[in-house]
Amino acid sequence: MKKVLLLVGLLLPVLAMANESVHLDHALIDPNNQASLQRGARTFVNYCLSCHSAAYMRYNRLKDIGLSDAEIKSNLMFAGEKVGDTMTVTMPKRDAKSWFGATPPDLSVQARAYANGPDWLYSYLRGFYRDDTRPTGWNNTVYDKVAMPHVLWQLQGEQTLKVQKIVDEHGHEVEKHTLVLTKPGVLEPAQYDAMVADLVNYLVFMGEPAKGLRLQLGLIVILFLGLLFIVAYYLKKEFWKDIH
Amino acid sequence: MQKYLTGLLGWVDDRFPLTANWKAHLSEYYAPKNFNFWYFFGSLALLVLVLQIVTGIFLTMNYKPDAELAFASVEYIMRDVSWGWLIRYMHSTGASMFFVVVYLHMFRGLIYGSYRNPRELIWLFGVGIFLALMGEAFFGYLLPWGQMSYWGAQVIINLFTSIPFVGPDISLWLRGDYMVSDATLNRFFAFHVIALPLVLLGLVAAHIIALHEVGSNNPDGVEIKKHKDPETGIPLDGIPFHPYYTVKDIVGVSVFLIVFSAIIFFAPEMGGYFLEANNFIPADPLKTPSHIAPVWYFTPYYSILRAVPPIMNSQFPGVAAMGLSVVIFALLPWLDRSPVKSIRYRGPIYKVWLALFVVSFLILGYLGTEPSNVWGVFDPSTFMVGGADRATVVARIFTVVYFLFFILMPWYTSIDKTKPVPERVTG
Repeated sequence: MKKVLLLVGLLLPVLAMANESVHLDHALIDPNNQASLQRGARTFVNYCLSCHSAAYMRYNRLKDIGLSDAEIKSNLMFAGEKVGDTMTVTMPKRDAKSWFGATPPDLSVQARAYANGPDWLYSYLRGFYRDDTRPTGWNNTVYDKVAMPHVLWQLQGEQTLKVQKIVDEHGHEVEKHTLVLTKPGVLEPAQYDAMVADLVNYLVFMGEPAKGLRLQLGLIVILFLGLLFIVAYYLKKEFWKDIH
Repeated sequence: MQKYLTGLLGWVDDRFPLTANWKAHLSEYYAPKNFNFWYFFGSLALLVLVLQIVTGIFLTMNYKPDAELAFASVEYIMRDVSWGWLIRYMHSTGASMFFVVVYLHMFRGLIYGSYRNPRELIWLFGVGIFLALMGEAFFGYLLPWGQMSYWGAQVIINLFTSIPFVGPDISLWLRGDYMVSDATLNRFFAFHVIALPLVLLGLVAAHIIALHEVGSNNPDGVEIKKHKDPETGIPLDGIPFHPYYTVKDIVGVSVFLIVFSAIIFFAPEMGGYFLEANNFIPADPLKTPSHIAPVWYFTPYYSILRAVPPIMNSQFPGVAAMGLSVVIFALLPWLDRSPVKSIRYRGPIYKVWLALFVVSFLILGYLGTEPSNVWGVFDPSTFMVGGADRATVVARIFTVVYFLFFILMPWYTSIDKTKPVPERVTG
């Protein structure tokens, strides 16, 4: 009985991981790398924050990634906001909807909105390709028929989607999709990937700014509870001496 | 100082039965001395209830029950309220852990026959607590106003629509609108923060009063009150709850809190099972998520709902089966005809059925978190089930097993071979 329970318990997580539809590249990000987070913040305010808001994120929360009020104001704020303000945009939602077909979502917690947020964002931001059938001229391998144009195209350059028919190991004919860089951008592919990783790192930070504190505190709390357990265990033993 | 305190206690005792209650429920409440691991979960459930109420009070101070503001106010709590993230994670993790400890507590009742005579009312109050808890969890889940909050509520309220004749009116009445909206959010908030907590507290009090009236069961399923010390009238196998079980429960509490804190600090989303990714997207009435699943603690019943096929174009049989799968626990005291209470003295037939039930519960629970095509479809040429979703067929089989555990119980418990029950508790 207990063995059956244990076995089923162990198998459940395996079953849960069994299904994954789009292939995602793994984002190598380091939440403790402040330089990476700061570069990501710079990319974010320069390229994302004109259409996407981050309305739950205050500029001065960037102090958590090692910036001072003065640095935030002079490097990352362009429209005379106060440093305690949240990252809003002036583009009216209604206009955005008519221009793009969809309102650009608020990005405050976007990194937490997917089962595998960092990898999804990392693959998405590197997955744009030219597609003349789309109103913006861009499509995306991770998010088919996405409304967002490729904002970072000058940096990445232009990719096209190459479709090959190949035979897989089961003998079925399948389509293999590969992205090919047809027009190089300002950055080398490796540089672009690193820049996107920094941006994703920042988005993950912004999704839960308290995460660093949470992880630090967790160790201390569990250590304390471990001590409590030892004391409680011997207290119980002392009290129960005369029972057993 | 001592003299004044004793004097104060006497003053209170003349006016309120403080010492009498302390004795009746703690220092002179005699519990069997052979409680094991499974007996931690009652006090842990009480602990989680208190945690939920206290964290809930602090969340209410900053949460805004308004469709325009709710999602933002939760993020405000997570970012700008001092320690708000901790309070919120304690509450969201607490909701799931409440079900973990309650399910283990119920399983204890199942294996040791704690629902049997004379403890039927304790069990019924317990089932009431379980139902109230499900309501509490459901209403609370709408409050963050994320996509899964919104569409989960939409799906569950729509279930009532399938009740013949009165269904559409009932769901309209529950929602307060033609779709889940600000009106729904406001009333769910009222249910979540005051109506159901009051019901829960009342039922918990009744559960404990009834327990202390008849006394606790134990892993041997024997009545310790049968053998009392002729002079003191204290059960020979009983020990005062305080200090013995209070100090023992502190050990259980510290282990529980280690697990609880590990989740809060290192995995508050618990891989999407405690906090779903989709719920970090604000509710959008115009965009239905591709896959709507309830939180894990509802999924066994949700699986049963999906497993029952519609009859005459009505979803009602599935809804009825789902409702029955929850309330059927209330019938256990009258379905079980075994001469013994505890699994220690039961025969193999009961043990097999219990194992089947546990496996059904877990498999249905897993399938409820996934879309019904998670395992693909059977080959069209397969006998009987050709072209059907594999997962749906499996869910149907285990739904039948789930109900057979209860329906056949009067039969298999009365024919099962049992072992002799000792007079006094063992170990």
